[in-house]
Amino acid sequence: MTRALQSAEVVERLQGVAAEAVSVAAEGEVRVAPESLVTVCRFLKEEPEFAMDYLSSITGVDYLDSFEVVYHLTSLTHNHSLVLKTTLHGRDDISAPSLTEVWEAADLQEREVWDLMGVRFTGHPNLKRVLTWEGFPGHPLRKDHLGG
Amino acid sequence: MVNLPSEQITINLGPQHPSTHGVFRLRVTLDGEVITDVEPIFGYLHRGTEKLAEERTYTQIVTLTDRLDYTSSMINNQAYVLAVEKLAGVTVPPRGQYLRVLTAELQRIASHLMGVGFFLQDLGASGTPLMYCFRERERILDLFEMLCGARVTVSYMRPGGVFQEPPPEFWPAVRHLLDTTPDAIAELERLISENEIVLARTKGVGVLTKEKAIDSAVSGPNLRASGVAWDLRKADPYDVYADMDFAVPVGSNGDSYDRFLVRVMEVHQSIRIAEQCYRDMPGGPVRSELPFFFRPPPGDAYAHVEASKGELGFYLVSDGGIAPYRCKIRSPSFINLTVLAEMLIGWKVADLMVIFGSLDVNMGEVDR
Repeated sequence: MTRALQSAEVVERLQGVAAEAVSVAAEGEVRVAPESLVTVCRFLKEEPEFAMDYLSSITGVDYLDSFEVVYHLTSLTHNHSLVLKTTLHGRDDISAPSLTEVWEAADLQEREVWDLMGVRFTGHPNLKRVLTWEGFPGHPLRKDHLGG
Repeated sequence: MVNLPSEQITINLGPQHPSTHGVFRLRVTLDGEVITDVEPIFGYLHRGTEKLAEERTYTQIVTLTDRLDYTSSMINNQAYVLAVEKLAGVTVPPRGQYLRVLTAELQRIASHLMGVGFFLQDLGASGTPLMYCFRERERILDLFEMLCGARVTVSYMRPGGVFQEPPPEFWPAVRHLLDTTPDAIAELERLISENEIVLARTKGVGVLTKEKAIDSAVSGPNLRASGVAWDLRKADPYDVYADMDFAVPVGSNGDSYDRFLVRVMEVHQSIRIAEQCYRDMPGGPVRSELPFFFRPPPGDAYAHVEASKGELGFYLVSDGGIAPYRCKIRSPSFINLTVLAEMLIGWKVADLMVIFGSLDVNMGEVDR
């Protein structure tokens, strides 16, 4: 069974890296401030006790007053998992730091979130639309997107 | 020798191309015959599945999942219903779980056969091996037709179990399939595995290293061919996989041949699992009853399965309504494409379809 890490323990271990930026979101979930995301992820990947070598999934969710980006991390070494969530406020021109320098797996997934949800990932080397075409109006998975 | 001047050319492969298995375009830059740059362009099959899911009930969405990887709809059903069950805390009766594992493994055989058949077709083994694979796949689809009336878009599973009890004639048909399929696969292996042309075209071609595969979140047979023994049926068992006895085949070189071989070996393991399901199939109901307007409590859940192409995950967010607030699909084929460009650069244009074919991507799942 893949073991979900205790979020309280992870938050405590992260105190030395980004004390103010992390908090417990729910069981097995840690909330991270967007500006500390790259630092936290690099730590989780490189620290042998976590060894989060596998970025399973990146999801964008539109909560109308804010956006949430959800990262599902897995360690193939230890067979444990952790969910990171980051909240982005506002609706126009919202951005989160790109994780492409930590995991290559972020490349296409961040392009998808940008394309469908309109979250810009700063530092992504090739942030182009991936499922719709260049010039597509808007971002279709946003709750206020009207087709037509 | 005259030193001929040369310049790079850029050509388009696809979107309509016999080897792309769907609608997929590659913009390839060539220096002579050697590939120097690749840009994969896709989205031609994008139907907005995630958006459509936001306005359908939890049960209706099962039909959308059939159309993701349409060669593996049983497993898509399973990934989705597991996410709903996790979200709402629904338990599944043992017979329902066994039927799910049985049908999912039969589907994996069908899907791997298609992957292997088209891979050989791309190598130029025109027709014959593909028909060997299709012959076996047809027999599995016949079983699905008995179960639910559909062969490809099955929608057989439901949150809480499966759609209905199999008809009586299903069981002798499964027995017959399990008795005859191993010989048919052995026949295919005799035809192909030691074939000199297959070896020459695939051994050492399109190597994907272990480190690169993990870092790019490659999953499924492609990851295992690179030597990583990671299979969610073992690593994070769901339904009754924890009770099943099976091996996880891994490759050693991460080349196109290993990816082909891992799929063939996984077919044997799937037959083993299906045998155990047939032998141990418990009685009782196949589904726990849920209300017609089923409303999971507010919250979110992520469930993943080992689909035939890799880790297929569903991340569902509920606001307490009859439809999910958000339904994200973690598609293995899409994420496996992350490594495509790097795998192709440096190889000749004739190897392009071999390497692409060995990844076994399905465009329905990539574009969603």
